[in-house]
Amino acid sequence: MTTDLGEAKFESPAVERLATGFVHCLRSGGLTIPVGMTLRFTEALDAVGIVHRDDVYWAGRATLVSRPEDIAMYDAMFLAFFHQNGSGFNVRFEDEPESVPLGTDDGDGDGHGDDGDDEVLALRYSASEVLAEKDFAEFTKAELHEAQRVMASMRISPSMRTSRRRIPAGRGDRHDLRRTVQAAMRTAGEPLALRRTSMGVRTRRLVLLLDVSGSMEPYARVLIRFAHAAVVGRGRVEVFALGTRLTRMTRQLGSHDVDEAVAAAAESVVDWSGGTRLGEAIGAFNNDWGVRGMARGAIVVVLSDGWDRGDPAQMDAEMERLHRTAHRVVWVNPLKASPGYEPIARGMAAAMPHIDTFLEGHCLDSLATLADSIGA
Amino acid sequence: MSRSELSSVDAVIEQLAQHDYLADRGLATSIFLAAELQRPLFLEGEAGVGKTEVAKVVAAITGADLIRMQCYEGIDVSQALYEWDYTRQLLHLRTAEATGTAREADVDELEDELFTERFLIRRPLLAAIDHRSAVPPVLLIDEVDRADDEFEAFLLEALSDYSVTVPELGVFAAEDPPLVIITSNRTRDVHDALKRRALYHWVEHPSFEREVAILERKAPKVSAKLARQVASATGQFREMGMYKPPGVAETLDWANALHLLAQTDLTEEFVDATLGTLLKYREDQERARREGLGTVVETALGA
Ligand SMILES: Nc1ncnc2c1ncn2[C@@H]1O[C@H](COP(=O)(O)OP(=O)(O)OP(=O)(O)O)[C@@H](O)[C@H]1O
Ligand SMILES: [Mg+2]
Repeated sequence: MTTDLGEAKFESPAVERLATGFVHCLRSGGLTIPVGMTLRFTEALDAVGIVHRDDVYWAGRATLVSRPEDIAMYDAMFLAFFHQNGSGFNVRFEDEPESVPLGTDDGDGDGHGDDGDDEVLALRYSASEVLAEKDFAEFTKAELHEAQRVMASMRISPSMRTSRRRIPAGRGDRHDLRRTVQAAMRTAGEPLALRRTSMGVRTRRLVLLLDVSGSMEPYARVLIRFAHAAVVGRGRVEVFALGTRLTRMTRQLGSHDVDEAVAAAAESVVDWSGGTRLGEAIGAFNNDWGVRGMARGAIVVVLSDGWDRGDPAQMDAEMERLHRTAHRVVWVNPLKASPGYEPIARGMAAAMPHIDTFLEGHCLDSLATLADSIGA
Repeated sequence: MSRSELSSVDAVIEQLAQHDYLADRGLATSIFLAAELQRPLFLEGEAGVGKTEVAKVVAAITGADLIRMQCYEGIDVSQALYEWDYTRQLLHLRTAEATGTAREADVDELEDELFTERFLIRRPLLAAIDHRSAVPPVLLIDEVDRADDEFEAFLLEALSDYSVTVPELGVFAAEDPPLVIITSNRTRDVHDALKRRALYHWVEHPSFEREVAILERKAPKVSAKLARQVASATGQFREMGMYKPPGVAETLDWANALHLLAQTDLTEEFVDATLGTLLKYREDQERARREGLGTVVETALGA
């Protein structure tokens, strides 16, 4: 009965479909799941039932995860699959929202149960509620891990809608797309038609410039994880470190193992936690990457407290150049949330005129706002 | 196979608790599934999170024998599976010689006699597979990360169909397979193939509330108040990136030590004096002192 590919007799085909769908989702998230495991997961679901969220969660954990490193990804995918209506499975668990083992406790506290999709949403909130507004500077290691899971479940990618505006007026979007596809099919991929297609639906590039100087230390350790979530998520993302010099970290952040990725990235930055010359570093970005094309039409997000030991005039000039090339410039400043904050740090003041959106970045909630802003 | 004591996740939690083992739902689910799907269970986690203990308790609640195989570097088939009892075989030969039976009997026949179950020493794996008891035993393969790769390959083979071949005797196959629990402290990664045979659970340190509950059960003399403070402080020390984060056994030792010293609340002075019961490495103790025992105590008093 337990041979890996033996005959499959399931109590309900729904269980089988659910198992297949979820495994597919995990694989798309980057988890390696051997072929026979879908069947094993199905057997486990048959054994525990699919009435309680916890049972489904743990049945998957026991059969589909075999390294602690994969747990964060599993958790993120579990949330995405079962709670964001993206799966097409209307799974209604009969138990309480608090019971999802997402927090740092065991999640066996009792709770109140109402059912349906509202509950599903409530769950997403309650699970991260405690941490949502806490300042990153005060995070413990365990909370950092928790935050990682939340960030991994955020969708950090520019939307496709904005770029469709570039299609010349006079032709409806859908019509145009359909014709393009038809044309491409007729000609087996005629280049011009294809290029228009890609212009129409391609997402914008996202460029993250992360200040890794000493003053940003308590925030950079979290923000780099946000950057990691963006890189491993969908979309075209580039990440650079701003210190006394510019370092490209995109490649290092590509590993799905977040700790490994962050360690590799930090290692590649020789001046991590050192000084800042923001204007100079942004200038280096403009010269070496940005103006050459990377920033063109992109959403550029600078994550920095704006403390700069360099020349404010240079900052002013480089931000202006950046603003001219990019589609939109967002500045995320973890200090913005402090009561009475004014952007008077020299660098910040010089940058202000060249910013489209100015956001906080000290807690998970503010990163969720940032993710929304990027997708807007 | 159905062991009524393990018939549902809730039953597992309850039965374990009756034997003073407080499992969270994840661990309980993995045990339930291991019994239900007849799969080995691979438990991985830091030292002292209760991996070995849970195997013992599972045996106790099902009334099964616990067959334990402690792994170590260099462990081989003769220690894990079976061995011929050469001394007794030799003795048997001598006796045959002395009584004159050797001369009469065919040499082949004598040899056949030597390789019968009479002279077979059953090591844990064979004993567990060929168990002959009403309730299949619990086979604990403890600390598999200490054994070498070849040993893993061999385990994989034996566990894939719960059968072993002794060339002289034939195949031993389990009708009612043992419940196999494999543990690892993850000093190195065990081969994927072995993990794939098994269900997997990563055992975490207990949550604060659970650790308080464990203290209540296993160190009943310690007051509830002190228990909370001890659990809080231990939790804080685990966050400090220790070489050896304290396990539950250490928490219990520490709480008992403080109780014996007639302490009702944590104080910096006594935490300092008893730190060695909780943190076994000098480097870890130094780290804790560097981070500040005062703050730990202060936080713990509010727990
Ligand atoms: N959940 C629990 N409920 C009750 N007691 C527990 C629990 N977890 C651990 N313990 C206690 O902690 C002690 C240590 O557990 P155990 O020896 O099983 O840990 P381990 O994970 O096997 O560690 P090691 O790697 O050192 O062998 C045991 O005495 C056990 O009684
Ligand atoms: Mg042990």
